Amino acid sequence: MSITNEEMDHLSDLAMLKLSAEDKDLFTKQLNTILEYFDELQEVDTSDIEATSHVLPIRNVFREDKVEESIPLCECLQNAPQIKNGFFVVPKIIDTE
Amino acid sequence: MKLYEHAISETVEKIKTKEIKSCEVVQSILERIDNIDKKLNAFITVFHDESVDRAKYIDQKIKNGKPLGALAGVPIAIKDNICLKNKRTTCGSKMLENYCPPYSATVINKLLSEDAIIIGKTNMDEFSQGSSAETSYFGATRNPWNLDRVPGGTSGGSAAALAANETIGSIGSDTGGSVRQPASFCGVVALKPTYGRISRYGLIAYASSLDTIAPFGKTVKDCAILMQVLSGKDTKDSTSVDENVPEYEKLMGNSIKQMRIGLPSEYFSDGICPDVKEAVLKGVKVLESLGAVIEETSLPSLKYGIPAYYLTATSEVSSNLARYMGIHHSHRSKKTKDLIESFKTSRAEGFGPEVRRRIILGTYALSRGYYDQYYLKAQKVRTLIMNEYLNAFKKYDVLIGPVSPFPAFKLGEKINDPLQMYLSDIYTITINMAGIPAISIPCGLSSQGLPIGMQIIGKHFDEGKLLKIASVYEKNCNVSNIIPNI
Repeated sequence: MSITNEEMDHLSDLAMLKLSAEDKDLFTKQLNTILEYFDELQEVDTSDIEATSHVLPIRNVFREDKVEESIPLCECLQNAPQIKNGFFVVPKIIDTE
Repeated sequence: MKLYEHAISETVEKIKTKEIKSCEVVQSILERIDNIDKKLNAFITVFHDESVDRAKYIDQKIKNGKPLGALAGVPIAIKDNICLKNKRTTCGSKMLENYCPPYSATVINKLLSEDAIIIGKTNMDEFSQGSSAETSYFGATRNPWNLDRVPGGTSGGSAAALAANETIGSIGSDTGGSVRQPASFCGVVALKPTYGRISRYGLIAYASSLDTIAPFGKTVKDCAILMQVLSGKDTKDSTSVDENVPEYEKLMGNSIKQMRIGLPSEYFSDGICPDVKEAVLKGVKVLESLGAVIEETSLPSLKYGIPAYYLTATSEVSSNLARYMGIHHSHRSKKTKDLIESFKTSRAEGFGPEVRRRIILGTYALSRGYYDQYYLKAQKVRTLIMNEYLNAFKKYDVLIGPVSPFPAFKLGEKINDPLQMYLSDIYTITINMAGIPAISIPCGLSSQGLPIGMQIIGKHFDEGKLLKIASVYEKNCNVSNIIPNI
């Protein structure tokens, strides 16, 4: 199994990450080397094995629903590239023409 | 002995008994940083004025006879992926170059409530992705033992700063070896705790199921002191565990007679540098001479550690780093006004090559058609790895092996070959996959005069036992006081 150039375009779209032509060439080569090595994983018999996504027994954690002090709005917005009237400003989503 | 050379335990003692002032310690540390950090680049930000003000406040508390915390007046350096309120927290990335979080991590609040002084934020691999502290947007950190060598990663700044006496104590994070490997490369101690032992609230996520915040110390005792301060359940991190925190210092120094120690053959396999093998086995001999029972063992699934770890970690990266799109708190490209183009371009500009590579790899592992083959398979192998460790701990108190197959490598040696860089993590990553604790402690120098680390691995929540064995080792060997000449 190896990643093709077209697949790299698809991954770039899925990841919302623009890749330069050099990036694409380099990553295709590097990821194929890495995946070739990673293929040794396929030799392990895992037919009766459960997947582990969390190492310790975990259950829902509940707490009392009480109002506590929260971070002021202006501080929540202090790192945004662009704000207006207490909101985040994003590039235009809907074309009004 | 200069004030900056002291350990945490000595510094607190001297400050509390009024032999020295916190101001003097801070002054000594700041001068040290000003003198040598140009060579090391261990810090991204240093808090000159704030540290002096805080030291004055602590000194005033002492003068007024107020009760003092466990870290009274002690400068601590913090890895730059741990949020400090209204101070730049960059994660070593252009993406967060100007990010000032509106809150502090729980570990910061715990350190401050024990009267510590946050002296600065340390350099790191970008978003904790790397094994050498070379992927930082702010330039590579260098190893104080040899400036042509890497300090290890990803918490390379915290390790190098401590080894070079630019701080008295430091904090890092460990997702696949990121405190243990730099500790071994720089000749200091670091303890990666059990997953969930220390709150992750305010730690910028890399791979959430593997991430831990972890202390560095010049001595084992210093690690114990910091563990005591940092450990415990936190309502702000629902994965932190409500498990009794023992008094770590009291467990230290006791006899290790009849302790059962396993040496997994996978930790001494072909790729290991002979100097490393020799130093670690010599360390094991010291423990044997003190009454520990040594036996060879095997954990065959560790062989699959690299692919299982990197598929898990990069999958979590691709998900966790999706939040950086130039809207809320990250870099936004000025090149485009189109929404989707803006996301794509901001991310391309904000992330460095290793982060971009991992996002793509993780996206691939999670994408339709490959999920079962890669991500799910890795999670199943993770179960096998964890079970083998837990089985081993039915027979052994701890396992011992090296931290890294080799001592610090040269800058540039592996940075253009990602697979070689990943392979260097072979002895540390499986521990994160199992969520168990491990301590890295200096056990000698290589023929080229570079530090070597020994790793003692325990079962979940057995940090006390690791500290105990490490402290006994430290007392009975002559390598704990190795200091670089910088």
